[in-house]
Order: sequence, then structure tokens, then C-alpha cells
Amino acid sequence: MSKKVYKDYIKFFIVLLISLLYILPFIAVIINSFKTTNDIMANPLSLPTKFSVSNYIKAAEKMTYLRGFLNTLIITFFSIGGIVVFSAMTAYLFVRKKWKLNRLVFSLMIASMIIPFQAIMIPLVKIYGTLNLLNNMWTLIYMYWGFGAAFAVFMYHGFIKGIPYELEEAAYVEGATEFQTFWKVVFPLLKPVTTTIVILDGLWIWNDFLLPSLILISAEKRTLQLSTFYFYGTYTADYGLAMAALILTITPIIIVYLILQKNIINGILKGAIK
Amino acid sequence: MKNKAKNVVNYIIFAGITTMVFLTVVIIPFLYGVYLTLTDWNGIEATKKYIGIRNYISILNDSTFLYSFTLTLKYVFFSVLFINLIAFLLAYLLTSGIKGQNVFRIALFTPNLIGGIVLGFIWQFIFNNTLPYIGQKIGLGLISNSWLASPQKAFWALVIVTVWQYSGYMMMIYIAGLVGIPQDIIEASTIDGAGQLTRITKIILPLLAPSFTVSVFLSLQRSFMVYDLNLALTKGGPFRSTELVSMHVYSEAFLSQNYGIGQAKAIILFITVAIITSIQVYLSKKAEVEA
Repeated sequence: MSKKVYKDYIKFFIVLLISLLYILPFIAVIINSFKTTNDIMANPLSLPTKFSVSNYIKAAEKMTYLRGFLNTLIITFFSIGGIVVFSAMTAYLFVRKKWKLNRLVFSLMIASMIIPFQAIMIPLVKIYGTLNLLNNMWTLIYMYWGFGAAFAVFMYHGFIKGIPYELEEAAYVEGATEFQTFWKVVFPLLKPVTTTIVILDGLWIWNDFLLPSLILISAEKRTLQLSTFYFYGTYTADYGLAMAALILTITPIIIVYLILQKNIINGILKGAIK
Repeated sequence: MKNKAKNVVNYIIFAGITTMVFLTVVIIPFLYGVYLTLTDWNGIEATKKYIGIRNYISILNDSTFLYSFTLTLKYVFFSVLFINLIAFLLAYLLTSGIKGQNVFRIALFTPNLIGGIVLGFIWQFIFNNTLPYIGQKIGLGLISNSWLASPQKAFWALVIVTVWQYSGYMMMIYIAGLVGIPQDIIEASTIDGAGQLTRITKIILPLLAPSFTVSVFLSLQRSFMVYDLNLALTKGGPFRSTELVSMHVYSEAFLSQNYGIGQAKAIILFITVAIITSIQVYLSKKAEVEA
């Protein structure tokens, strides 16, 4: 008995130590975001001498934080919305109708999942550039639909296979069309998968850097990741300011995580099993 | 005939948009990209000449690419190894019923919420300022100077941050697997007199094989494609010594304007990832057992 307790203490301390390593970098940045650059250079470990949010105010202003936040929000929202709506319908058709075309498109999607983005980005920029569609938020959203489709269809496909057809038959007997049946009967049942997709795609799109950096050219269209990158590059020497900008960028997602942590962790766990 | 028309309408309603978007964003650019590798296109001129596989041959003599490619293999190897070791260890500890395991899970997952750009900048500050300060104060030579200033150490800095970033995510995959192992199998083995080590190697690890398949696959894919972390942490420096393949492709195409060669390098990356992940999935599927 006492041996077990002793062992549990050791385990607890190992985990505590590792967890501290995971959190300390964030704490270091938070502490320094309240300090002046001189104080940081003198001692990056000391606590701020006086509490001042001036770094935050200045950083938010210079990096046009609100603009970047809204851009990211719009892009993430419409990207996820499109992925969920179109992929769920597609997966439903693919499960219920075994047409040759369906099987072909589905296999193409599965196969495409191993293509690294780097193998697509150059022709992508070339094609959409020629069509004069770059520097447009809607082009970016459209692209996220394309890059998110395969995984979402795959996830929905796996789940819909397990839904008994009898549920839908009742709706057809009452004269519902396939479109109505899907949205009224099937889609509500897909909630667990939808949650997982929203979380995984949400994290991906909100934090993505490379694709927006290729598509969005003008400064006022930048996402948070982009404005952080450009801001940090310009103000590398002003540490206090740069640290405040980093914290500003991660705050929204940390707040969402703290509120929804249970759902997020469950969504990730479900996505992990597949 | 009427049925066929109905099918077409149905396809368009349910899968039309997905098919169109998927083809125009993924498939057509990919195929067009393969074609571009066979041309001498520089991205500006409208004309491009078909030059066969000459781009691929010139890559074989491109020492910066070969360096970047080998470096990436080394980076992927160590990242995948340590990510999965630590992730498994953490998952094992966090499913053994210790106090506060949910809080620990939440904390360990935090880096995955944040984009590679911000994580890279955070660690750049740690490596450039915090660690050297500590090193000089306590007289520890290993960290007295910034790791990012030396090619060798900058590489390991990149590995450390990658492991820090992804082990929490992969931990979740192992937790999902561990929780799924039927408790009676574990109990039966304990009754049969199996010690903790036997239990791990003979029962838990084999039953956890599906989690290993997924987690190794994901960590392979992600570390092969890393770009934002590389850009924010080291910018490929010092002297292009930490330029991983993804960043190399970016510079070749968009900075040096060698689109044909850049795309050929991207295709080589694709082929490498495809081969390595297929072998990995094939091998670990073979190792999987039924519970």
C-alpha cells in the first residue's frame, strides 16, 4: 500500500516537472510583456517593477490588432462553415449511393491526403494569380474548403456508415426530399463528428501561416498570424512590445480553450481514434 | 432515363461544390505542378519551354538542396522519435490515476493551440535571452550563449521546440488508445503474475499499435512539412544551416524565382513523404493485433 502511494508521488512529480517545462515559456513571455526593453535586457527573469499595460496598447495599435482579429475570425468562420456543410452532404451521398463517380472521387480524396501543401502551393499561386484572384479573403476561404474537404468527407463517411437507413425511410414515407431528409434527420446525428471537425479545422485555419501569406498581399487583409509575423520582424529590438504582441495573438484562443476545454479535449480524442 | 437525370441533379446538389472545389484547389494545381517541373518556367515570362527531366537532374547536383534534404531527414527522425517517446510516457503517466491528471492534460496540450509563428518567436526569446541569462548567472557554459547562433545547436533547438509543440497532441492519441484497452485484460495479466514491465511490453504496447500507427504517421507528416516554426525560430540561419526542405522550396520558387526547379523539389518532397509514410503505415498495420 505505502509502496503504491510512494510510486504515485514520483509519477506526480515527473508529470509536474514536465508540465512546468510546457508552461514556463509562456509565463516568461507574459512577465516580460509588462516590462520595458531595458528591464528585459538587464534581467529577463525579474518580475515587472510596476504593472503597466502600455506595451499592450501600443502593440495592439501598431499591429492593427482588431483588424487582424476580425479578418481571422471571418476567414475561420466561413471556412469551417463551408467545410462542414459541403463535406457532410458529400459524405452522405457517397455512403448512400454507390455510383462509380462517387467511388472515384472518394478514392481521389483519400489519396490526396498524403500530398504535402508544398507540392501544391507554387502552381496554386500561379493559377489563381493568372485568374487575378489573389489578395482576396474569399479566395482563401475557397481554398480552405478544398484543402479541408478530404479529411472532413473521410470523417463523416466513417460515421454515416454506422447510421441505420430505417431512420431516413420514415422521412421519405412522409414525402421529404433527400435534401430535407439529410438536413432534418441525418445531420443532427452527426454532431460528434461535426464538433471534432470544427475543433481540428478551427485550430488549423486560425493558426495557419503559409497559405494566407501566399494569398493575402495587402496589409489590411492580414490575419493575426501574418500581422504578428510582420510586427515582430519590425520591432524585434523592442522586446517588451514584441512580447505583448505575442500574448495578444494567443489570448483569444486561450480564452476559448479555457471555456471549452472539455469539448476540445474530447473532440481531439475522438479525432485521434478515427 | 428519368432516373439518370435525377442522379445527376442529386450529385450536383450533394457533392457538386465539394467536387469542384477539391478539383480546382487540390487536383488540378497538383497535376499542373507536375507539368511545371518539366519546364524552364521562371514565373514571369509567359512562355515556358518543355525541358524534360532536366530540372530533376540539376537538383541532384544542387548541394544546398541536398544539404537541406538530409537535414530534414535528420530533423524528422529525431522529432518523430522524441515526440512519440515523450507522448507515450506522458499518456501512460496521465492514465495511471494520479492526482490532477485532467489539469495536466489541459496544460500539456496548450502549445498545440498556438500557431508555429508565435511558438517560434516565444522560443527565440527563450533561447536568445532567458537561457543565456541563466547560463551566465549560474556559470553553465552549455546555455551561456544563444543556441540559435550556432548551426549545430540551432538544429537541436528546432527539434526541442518541435517535440515540445507536438508531444501534447500525440499524447492525446495515446491516451485515447490506453483508455480503450479493456480493463479485464490488464487484470487477468496481473492475476497471472505479470509485473509492470511485462504488462507494458507484452500487453499494452501491442494493443496500442493502432495509436502508434496514427501518431507516428501524423508526426512524420507534420515534421516533414514544418515551415512557420522554422521561419520564426531560426529563419533558416545561421547561414542557411537550419533551412528545412519546406523553407528551401519556398525560397527557390518565390525568392529566387526558379519555379520549375522549386516545384521539382516540392515533388521530390512529396514522393519522399509518400514512400516513408506508406512504409510506416504498412509496417505498423502489420504489428497491430486484435484486442
